[in-house]
Amino acid sequence: MSRVVMDIDNLHARIGGKEILKGLNLQLEEGKVHAIMGPNGAGKSTLSKAITGHYDIEVLDGEIRYKGQNIVDWEPEDRALEGIFLSFQNPVEVPGVNNAYFLRTAVNAKRKHQGLPELNAAEFLREMKKLVQELGMKPEMISRSLNEGFSGGEKKRNEILQMMMLQPDVIILDEIDSGLDIDALRAVSEGINKMKDGKRSFLVITHYSRILDYIEPDYIHVLKDGKIIKTAGPELVAELEEKGYGAIEEA
Amino acid sequence: MAQEELDKAVSGEYALGFEIDIEEDKVPPGLNEEVIRFISKKKEEPEWMTELRLKAYHKWLEMEEPHWGHLEYEPIDYQSISYYAAPKKGPESLDEVDPKILEAYNKLGIPLEEQKQLAGVKVAVDAVVDSVSVKTTYQEELKQHGIIFCSISEAIRDYPELVKKYMFSVVPMNDNYFAALNSAVFTDGTFVYIPKGVRCPMELSTYFRINALNTGQFERTLIVADEGSYVSYNEGCSAPMRDENQLHAAVVELIAMKDAEIKYSTIQNWYPGDEEGKGGIYNFVTKRGLCEGENSKISWTQVETGSAITWKYPSCVLKGDNSVGEFYSVAVTTLAQQADTGTKMIHLGKNTSSTIISKGISAMKGQNTYRGLVKIGANAEGARNYSECDSLLIGDQCGAHTFPYLESKDAHGQVEHEATTTKISDEQLFYLRQRGITEEDAVSMIVHGFCKEVFSQLPMEYAVEAKALLNLTLEGSVG
Repeated sequence: MSRVVMDIDNLHARIGGKEILKGLNLQLEEGKVHAIMGPNGAGKSTLSKAITGHYDIEVLDGEIRYKGQNIVDWEPEDRALEGIFLSFQNPVEVPGVNNAYFLRTAVNAKRKHQGLPELNAAEFLREMKKLVQELGMKPEMISRSLNEGFSGGEKKRNEILQMMMLQPDVIILDEIDSGLDIDALRAVSEGINKMKDGKRSFLVITHYSRILDYIEPDYIHVLKDGKIIKTAGPELVAELEEKGYGAIEEA
Repeated sequence: MAQEELDKAVSGEYALGFEIDIEEDKVPPGLNEEVIRFISKKKEEPEWMTELRLKAYHKWLEMEEPHWGHLEYEPIDYQSISYYAAPKKGPESLDEVDPKILEAYNKLGIPLEEQKQLAGVKVAVDAVVDSVSVKTTYQEELKQHGIIFCSISEAIRDYPELVKKYMFSVVPMNDNYFAALNSAVFTDGTFVYIPKGVRCPMELSTYFRINALNTGQFERTLIVADEGSYVSYNEGCSAPMRDENQLHAAVVELIAMKDAEIKYSTIQNWYPGDEEGKGGIYNFVTKRGLCEGENSKISWTQVETGSAITWKYPSCVLKGDNSVGEFYSVAVTTLAQQADTGTKMIHLGKNTSSTIISKGISAMKGQNTYRGLVKIGANAEGARNYSECDSLLIGDQCGAHTFPYLESKDAHGQVEHEATTTKISDEQLFYLRQRGITEEDAVSMIVHGFCKEVFSQLPMEYAVEAKALLNLTLEGSVG
């Protein structure tokens, strides 16, 4: 087993008074791709919100130890600066905020946090343009308002662009394949696969197994009723496809 | 997210609330014929002006304070206000301006020495403290182009024919209660005349400072752009922090002849009062532009961040055929501020067009009202208007209200109106914070994005100032 980068221990969390995570345990290993699968309402998105510190979440019990520290009370931006990245299921539109300006602010906030000099506009744009091209995005995406009027596929590519610019350590992909056509799915997967470097960890949250044909997981975790009820290798995907979640019993 | 955090992020400190420690000449509080004669005499005005003031005063006495605005405030006691206050040192030359005033203007970032330029750009400044203009820069250089740029008091003495012809021609003295009051007691302000075919070679500006206690400021500005000329004029203002409310009732008249263009920008930063609604400026202002000739254009851009009460509707009367009126506004109400602001676009000429872009931002207990009228006259064939009124709410104690009015006598007029109200959503904030951007920077980024269309209308050096001011107003806890 590789080194554990994030250790979620007995996590209980609620949203709007309702307990959704009920003693969830999960260990993310360095350099590995973990897939979380489960039926609707099992708590998949709640888990991503709990890890990133969304306002809606109230943690009742348990710990999220990341790089050795319990981050349950950390501000969202502090978690992000320490390398946790969430690719949103539905990226929000922010009118009037230039995509490049936003991303440069984010990149420089991170560089500052790491004690690195900030990138000037020219250095930043060179890098951004290169990735925009790689991801098959239209060049005008650079200067458009953040996510405003983007199609579903464009929004997801923009998430991957941000991920590639920010170079995070733990990447959570929340339903990254939803609403993507085959070309977009391929471009997004290529971007993600390029980020695999043997150190970085991925948490792929998905309802369907389609994305796992493109991003090969090392582990499959089945989330049901607020808990991880089974962890296995990629062979579990086929079994889930065949029998559905109902057949999986708590180990 | 916790409401206190948001409140903390938006309760910006007022940075310009200092008092200039100077001796001032001041009349005792109260308003009567004698006070008006006193003001007129202090200004060394000709008899005709004194008579006009008295006429306005009598009209005012017969009028009633309007209360149709979506505003709540204690009644104004017009007899408790002092109507004239002036720094004691003479305004004859820069050397004679009280060094404390120069220092204060430096502190405000307004250079009164000609060699010192704003952001490297030449800007001519008329500096008004309470009731008088203390200094007007670049007058000589402008004169070489035939441009008159002086205080309104000077204009009444030196260019009586121009003043007689144009003053009260756009905003009649009995136009409304506050305009009538201003017409009776106005003290200083700026006069600009751009001759035929001249493009004013630099930005013109006036910076108004209320300083003395218990005084009102009643400035009057008159800008005339003759045929084919162009001028960009900017107005800024601030006041000390005081527990008492102070009244500011200004009148601005613009006249654009055939093919002329006037661009008028305001950054309004009067003291807003505190979060309980104590203190702050009552800002009751009448601003109107007349597009007299064909193809003329008047464009108002305003960034309103200050004042306890704002009542202000910069308007355009589009008389000339093919004339164009524009109104771009950002109004911010935070603390306990209330603003009722908007515009009137009166289409009289053929093929006239107008654009209204209004952005209201409300935070804490702020109340923000957009009130706008688009009127299309019987002869305004082919008139077009586009209006967009957007409101942004930060927190849940503030309010946004929109009152668009449309009167159309011409069936061919084209009027489009769009309105949105949005809350800075937790989802937007969370998204930006998830990328490592602090909460305060995230709020600022969302707000600036919201105001973008208006800021892009400001001259560059003022856009920088407006952005900085917005940050200060909305995120006091940042640097």
